[in-house]
Amino acid sequence: MLTPLATLRTGLELRLGAGARAWLHQALATAADAPHHVNEPGLPPWERDFAQAGRQCGPHALRPEGEAGVAEAAVPPRDPADTARVLILHAAAPDTATLARLYEHGTAAERRAVLLALPHLDPPPEREGALTLVEDALRTNDTRLVAAALGPYAAAHLDAHQWRQAVLKCLFTGVPLSAVAGLEHRAAGDGELARMLEDYARERTAAGREVPSDLHTALDLARFPHTAEGPAAQGTGTDPGALAAPGTGGAEAPEAGEAPDSHRTPRSPQEP
Amino acid sequence: MIALRIFDPHIHMTSRTTDDYAAMHAAGVRALVEPSFWLGQPRTSPASFYDYFDSLLGWEPFRAAQHGIAHHCTLALNPKEANDPRCTPVLDALPRYLLKDNVVAVGEVGYDAMTPAEDTALAAQLQLAREHGLPALVHTPHRDKLAGLHRTLDVLRESGLPPEHVVLDHLNETTLGAASDSGCWLGFSVYPDTKMDPERMIRILRVHGTDRVLVNSAADWGHSDPLKTRHVGDAMLAAGFGEDEVDQVLWRNPVAFYGQSGRLVLDSAPPEGQSYEGNSILRGGE
Ligand SMILES: [Zn+2]
Repeated sequence: MLTPLATLRTGLELRLGAGARAWLHQALATAADAPHHVNEPGLPPWERDFAQAGRQCGPHALRPEGEAGVAEAAVPPRDPADTARVLILHAAAPDTATLARLYEHGTAAERRAVLLALPHLDPPPEREGALTLVEDALRTNDTRLVAAALGPYAAAHLDAHQWRQAVLKCLFTGVPLSAVAGLEHRAAGDGELARMLEDYARERTAAGREVPSDLHTALDLARFPHTAEGPAAQGTGTDPGALAAPGTGGAEAPEAGEAPDSHRTPRSPQEP
Repeated sequence: MIALRIFDPHIHMTSRTTDDYAAMHAAGVRALVEPSFWLGQPRTSPASFYDYFDSLLGWEPFRAAQHGIAHHCTLALNPKEANDPRCTPVLDALPRYLLKDNVVAVGEVGYDAMTPAEDTALAAQLQLAREHGLPALVHTPHRDKLAGLHRTLDVLRESGLPPEHVVLDHLNETTLGAASDSGCWLGFSVYPDTKMDPERMIRILRVHGTDRVLVNSAADWGHSDPLKTRHVGDAMLAAGFGEDEVDQVLWRNPVAFYGQSGRLVLDSAPPEGQSYEGNSILRGGE
């Protein structure tokens, strides 16, 4: 699920033109040096690079021939500036307070990068800390932020209610459920999620509106327990929280992972 | 209706609805710049500015993109609130915000009531524009306009900012001459009642020509119309200007001016039936 940073970096470097690649190398070196300059006045140089990554590594910075293989790639590549910012963040290894400040003062693109970097940085999932950023993004109506918030970090750390609300919000705002990391694990056998999805489908139908096709995908997962045959059964099964919910499926199923959720062991965000 | 491509170089979309975005796109608007300004209601702290800047750097570009319009912004402490000590600390936070990718100029700066506090804020922000390699959007005051323009030009000369990095906005017949002599870009706001109207704009274009001219709707929360740029394009065609001249005023001039920031990103296919060179993704500058 989570693409390793080395793979992201190689993929980005292959796509960037020479000038942008040199800029990236410099920016990563500056960021790696950040801990030695914490007490200097003014904005740290690596934070300036973080802000400017869009114009240094944006679509115009790609070499045309580097885009040749991209169309056939199995996984469509991320926005190059997003990747550049994630790499800069990882190199600088900021603490949670710095991450929060970058998010707070950031453009939508910078906020997206902070969210995308969370599973790589793996800050403590505290309600007053990094999880606040995920929650903030999920409150927005900017679908790019909502999608970026629902990566492996959210899959591992959002509580059951927040996570179900997030899935429903995706359906409301048109974010494809493929953006939701760990959907198979977390939705499997989740009777409460199934109820919410069925209610929403009924509301759409009553209004004469189309039911999003993604809804049926999620509903199929939620109606059946993890042990049932189906896409969920083929999962890697590394999420103990989602597995801890045996049930008969359907709307009467026990609250999948409701209570255990807050105590469960977070799934390692470093899983392949 | 003939297809035009339009770049509105000054419009306050925060105050407009999504219906406006849709109507603008239908009229040919593919890009715009939203300058930060006074909200019609006083702010009482710098934090209120930061929320506003965040909106110009996040939410508005997102809304615009939903309607196929590229959104950039200019940031500044506006002249009116430069007089309010509760707001002036925003000047200290501006350097951080001016680094952002979507920021293509410092603005709107200029004079409102021509006070010493406005002198200070204007000079400080022109200095920031220089330091960040950004152009400046300088509005000319609504009251005592000609005197205000002369005072503005004095401050601009002292700032050392090259005139080609400055647009003087809200110009009219009485201020055109001095503004043009300064070498700055010339901005005209076309409003339903006040400022300029399309017919007067045509007369100015006939006399001055199309060089260095930017036409904007400056639409905001007041009585204004986000389609005024299109109306000027139609009026130009009706008055005998060629399509190339319309394209220069409504697209190439604003692209050239804000492109000096090196931060303009436009993905603008030319309208059907017309062919313009390049510009598929344009950065300008640098
Ligand atoms: Zn304005």
